[in-house]
Amino acid sequence: MNPAAQNHFLERAPLELRDWFVNFFPDPLQWLVHHLITIVAVLAIFGLFFAFTTVAERKLLARVQNRLGPNRAGLPKFSFLPWHLAHKLWGLTQPFADAVKAITKEDIVPAAADKALHFLAPVIVVAFSLMGFAVLPFGRQYLPVDLDAALLYFFAAGSATELAIFMAGWSSRNKYSLLSAMRALAQLISYELPLILSVVPIVLVTGTLSTRAIVLQQGFWHPGFVTLPHWFVFTPWGFAGFIIFLIAALAESNRSPFDLPEAESELIAGHLTEYSGFKYALFFMAEYFGLTALSGLGVTLFLGGWQAPFPLLEVVPSYLWFMGKLILMIVFFIWVRGTLLRLRIDQLTRLSWQFLVPLALLNVGNAAFWVLSAHWAGPLQLVRWALSLAIVIVPFVVMGRSLTAGYAPRTYRYAP
Amino acid sequence: MTAALLLIAVVILGAAAAAMLRRNLIHSALLLILSWAGVAAFYLWAGAEFVAFAQVLVYVGAISMVVLFAVLLTRQNHVGDLLVEPGTRARATTAVTVGACMAAVLSAAVMASRFPPPADHAPVTSVRLIGLQLMRQHGAALLIVGVILTVALLGATVLAATEGKPDPEDTP
Repeated sequence: MNPAAQNHFLERAPLELRDWFVNFFPDPLQWLVHHLITIVAVLAIFGLFFAFTTVAERKLLARVQNRLGPNRAGLPKFSFLPWHLAHKLWGLTQPFADAVKAITKEDIVPAAADKALHFLAPVIVVAFSLMGFAVLPFGRQYLPVDLDAALLYFFAAGSATELAIFMAGWSSRNKYSLLSAMRALAQLISYELPLILSVVPIVLVTGTLSTRAIVLQQGFWHPGFVTLPHWFVFTPWGFAGFIIFLIAALAESNRSPFDLPEAESELIAGHLTEYSGFKYALFFMAEYFGLTALSGLGVTLFLGGWQAPFPLLEVVPSYLWFMGKLILMIVFFIWVRGTLLRLRIDQLTRLSWQFLVPLALLNVGNAAFWVLSAHWAGPLQLVRWALSLAIVIVPFVVMGRSLTAGYAPRTYRYAP
Repeated sequence: MTAALLLIAVVILGAAAAAMLRRNLIHSALLLILSWAGVAAFYLWAGAEFVAFAQVLVYVGAISMVVLFAVLLTRQNHVGDLLVEPGTRARATTAVTVGACMAAVLSAAVMASRFPPPADHAPVTSVRLIGLQLMRQHGAALLIVGVILTVALLGATVLAATEGKPDPEDTP
């Protein structure tokens, strides 16, 4: 890492702006203002990111399905302005119209519902889904809270989502809400295990739980005369871990093909059945915050965080690298949503327990092998890569074959 | 600092007391979870980050689910099934006796414990140090706990697994 990149003007600009603003306040208040600015910045940036994720999702899904998507929302006509912008702005202001609609909608609480829990559930789910952002290193010097046990914190913050879903389902006093909350919980619990197991190899190899240190270890390496990015996704165990992480992250954030908890087209919104108006929007928001935070964690752990792929590209500020990778992850998730079909609940749990969990456990062993063989050099290095790749590929092929044996071709007994 | 500790103590004890007083079992379970979260806040107050996050992950994330599922899946108690009628003197006497015995045992244990004198300065710990301690000094204990938990998990799986005939609708 070269110090020139660290003190680059664009790299420092947001920090300088913050310090300039903080200096307006008296000394005893400065720490408070400092933290408040961090919180407001995270909320504002990821709030806007959420808004434009929804519009990007609708547009991209529309293109996948050969439609146009939202393209009518322009700017409202203000009477105090002498002119009106007739351009529709490609529908980019759609999320703000959606927000106004969600806020002004009537909030209906069922008469038999447990009022307090019914109110608390969306609050808890949004609060805890936002907490994950605190430990993501957005740039070289942009880490809101530098915790020693950051990874543990991230998963601890995420675990409260399950509680909120239970509260939502139970407090609605509706059979369908409760049943689908149970289904959602079964899904979340099933996929929590592969999610955490896919992260363990990173902790094994880096020897730390701190997100800052994990990103710093993914700098550059110099095999021979070239300089390559040392992102963990480019190692056999990292690649396997990344794929498992992606699948588990999809399931944890209730995204297609794992969107059974609120399958819009066949169930009545699952545990959200009795929610309306802004509370429904809050759940929706929490889902996207959770997805963004998990994608951010994936970028941090596997895709090198804010590190540029090549030293030459370090002129681009580190936070832009992070956001770029984050956007790529989100677009990938949208693409998956537009492509894959929804799974059945038994297929979903079977995929987790019979396939992902054993593979993730093997991958932990793979990382242990990688650590033990760290001193191998020369041709042994090739043996190391080959062995590690074999630990990933052989079980994948063998288990995939045995689990799908007898499943195809599908025969229809009741239909001709 | 003391004010924060008092607040945390009030939350823990208040939530626990409210959990016992509620008639609704789900409310009790959720209040119990609040009490556990308060314990995590206490660990944070004491500077034990790692233990605090582990407490949230294990208690608020996992054990809470076990408790809630247990409450939902248990058959509602019918009054006729109870050996002692609720709200009678016999029941109250039993409760007080058991509570007094429990309090006696606990306070005897607390009285008998010898606490080492507090250190002059707080020890510096990091996750790495905790990990090394667990893996080197207490490695054997960790392994034994792991084996016991695995055996328990396998036992639960064996108990829960039913060998029914596969439904023809499930196989394609």
